[in-house]
Amino acid sequence: MTTMPDQSNHPKVGLFVTCLADMFRPSVAFATVKLLEAAGCQVEVPEKQTCCGQPAYNSGDRATTAEIARQTIEAFDGYEYVVGPSGSCIGMLHYYPDLFEQNDPWKIRALDLKARAFEITQFLTDIVNFDQIVAQYEGTITYHDSCSGLRQLGVKQQPRQLLSKVDNLTLNEMEEAETCCGFGGTFCVKYPDISNRMVSNKTQYISDSGADTLVGGDLGCLLNMAGKLKREGKSIQARHVVEILAGMTDTPAIGEAEYELAKAL
Amino acid sequence: MQIKSPQFKENARIALHNVELQEALGQFKHGFPVNRANAIKRLPEFDDLRDAGRDLKNHIIQNLDIYLEQFESKVIENGGHVHWCRTAEDANKTILDICKQVDAKTVTKGKSMVSEEINLNDYLEANGVQPVETDLGEYILQLRGDHPSHIIAPAIHLNVEDVSEAFHTHHKRPKTGDPQALMKEAREVLRKQFVSADVGITGANFLVAETGSTIIVTNEGNGDLTQTLPKTHIVITSIEKVVPTLEDMSLFLRLLARSATGQEFTVYNTLSSGPRRAEDQDGPENFHVVLVDNGRSEMVGTEFQEMLRCIRCSSCMNHCPVYGAVGGHSYGWVYPGPMGSVLTPKMIGIDKAAHLPNASTSCGKCEEVCPVRIPLPKMMRHWREKEFEKHLTPKAVRFGIAGWAYFAKRPALYRWLARSSAWFMQKMAGKKGRINKLPLAGGWTDWRDMPAPQGKTFMDQWQAKQKAGE
Ligand code: SF4
Repeated sequence: MTTMPDQSNHPKVGLFVTCLADMFRPSVAFATVKLLEAAGCQVEVPEKQTCCGQPAYNSGDRATTAEIARQTIEAFDGYEYVVGPSGSCIGMLHYYPDLFEQNDPWKIRALDLKARAFEITQFLTDIVNFDQIVAQYEGTITYHDSCSGLRQLGVKQQPRQLLSKVDNLTLNEMEEAETCCGFGGTFCVKYPDISNRMVSNKTQYISDSGADTLVGGDLGCLLNMAGKLKREGKSIQARHVVEILAGMTDTPAIGEAEYELAKAL
Repeated sequence: MQIKSPQFKENARIALHNVELQEALGQFKHGFPVNRANAIKRLPEFDDLRDAGRDLKNHIIQNLDIYLEQFESKVIENGGHVHWCRTAEDANKTILDICKQVDAKTVTKGKSMVSEEINLNDYLEANGVQPVETDLGEYILQLRGDHPSHIIAPAIHLNVEDVSEAFHTHHKRPKTGDPQALMKEAREVLRKQFVSADVGITGANFLVAETGSTIIVTNEGNGDLTQTLPKTHIVITSIEKVVPTLEDMSLFLRLLARSATGQEFTVYNTLSSGPRRAEDQDGPENFHVVLVDNGRSEMVGTEFQEMLRCIRCSSCMNHCPVYGAVGGHSYGWVYPGPMGSVLTPKMIGIDKAAHLPNASTSCGKCEEVCPVRIPLPKMMRHWREKEFEKHLTPKAVRFGIAGWAYFAKRPALYRWLARSSAWFMQKMAGKKGRINKLPLAGGWTDWRDMPAPQGKTFMDQWQAKQKAGE
């Protein structure tokens, strides 16, 4: 007797790559794909996607944001889920319905996209109940809760729950893990010295935690904190949570070179 | 107060280099926020109270005219007077007229941010009436010719030496660095003022429509003396402070004290319900309420309406990492922090206050701690939209966004841009894995390294893999 493959167990997922993963750290997007496939999803990467539109949205340019929103909505038409390795970019997708008037047909489509869009750790934990993490990490990490993921999407326990399945990994919580790192998109270049004050507080808490690795779920924040840690000459590494969960830590950490990886191993 | 909001960036830079201020701000963040968190742990229904507070405020704003008129008629019934003032000038003039009627030379004042908003002290002084602040923090600021940097802890930016210096100069007494002794000294000086003042001016935290009462909450009790000793008591406040009943008032008092200082209840909660009656032991002979609008009614029905829910608890600024970095004076006007970044543009104009709603990472902490759930980041973004619509957004930002958008709307071109940027940055980084000086990104690389891209973009790698049939 043959059975039909159960579609619901192999949901079709459109990967929202996000600009920073695309450009700075493709390994984060590959790790996301690996985790999604391990969870039984069929992953595709829609060609039509670009940026979520945050730079325009945060600068008050609603018209441009709406144009980009329409493009993103179309790009992800037909996928059961839309998943990305960033609370901030997925959070932006959740703002799309606010961009359209009540009787605009795009509003319904935006609401529909919102209902299907998830941050990766949230998706694995809350939607597909996946916890078969096969990975190990020799080290002590500390976790930074990025603002949009935490406050907009409610990502807090999910990454920690998944990280608890990683062999040999220890989590040391830092003080003020939920305080903004000062990245804030264009904020960090528009108000650089205020941003610097904020990220300096953060790197202090990170090193006080005694961890050797900083882990987080948003590349913007991670580039900011890793960049500061490096400038301060600290040896703490920074990695996106999916790299650890997917067991893909064979690439140099954020802002590090090959030889530093060799040193660390 | 001189408007310094357009110089926000310079103000902030100076604040970041002010060692004493940074020390004060560092201590401050372990005070109120910690106390608030503990107070909330002890009250499991706190979040339900916040919902109730939000809903009740929404109802009040919808029916503002009704409750204000009810309040007015009750005050009149109690023998008091209500003055409606559309602008700051109206309010200043009204208060001066009342002072002149009773031939006042000196007025004592309880803390009132609305009086800061309308610049009352300068106006009175210029017209021959001497105001004396009686809240300890405000009193210190007045001696120093300074202004509040926080809405409930006005002198948070000062340290004991600053206070000692100010007292020594003005009281002509020996210097002391002992906070208790300084407090005692202030009390002695202020006692005389309380007794000799002709008029007492206080603010109000709430106005109760059903009884025509005003209430102020303080931890020093100075408000009580300000309003009971002089013959005339003037309450200066703004129209959104009205609540329907005493019961409603107590809901907000519970939210206010916990959100502000982490107290279960503020120490002194003083209600005023009109002039002294025949059977009363004390109280003023004349009772006036000056209701200031100053742009608030214009917010009703707009995207900023929800801001009128604000009960001035200061929780948003106590938790704001930007306020925590630059302090209240950097904001350059009366109201600092997230609530100020929404209110100030309304009151002094977005052209002057544009930095305020922009100098935010939208981290959302303020909204998380606001007792009446005001979506402050959303309101700040609305100001950015207004700024953009009015073509006030700086040219560099406008061009930057337009250039970026041109690519973002064309996926193939966007791929090319990502590919070339990654390539360029990799070249810059060489073998180091990071860049310490990047052209056009000085804001970033002045303070931190820029991690280098790994290599080919994900999109290019993915497509290559698809083609290879992996
Ligand atoms: S906006 Fe909210 S948190 Fe800020 S002062 Fe007003 S009520 Fe308090």
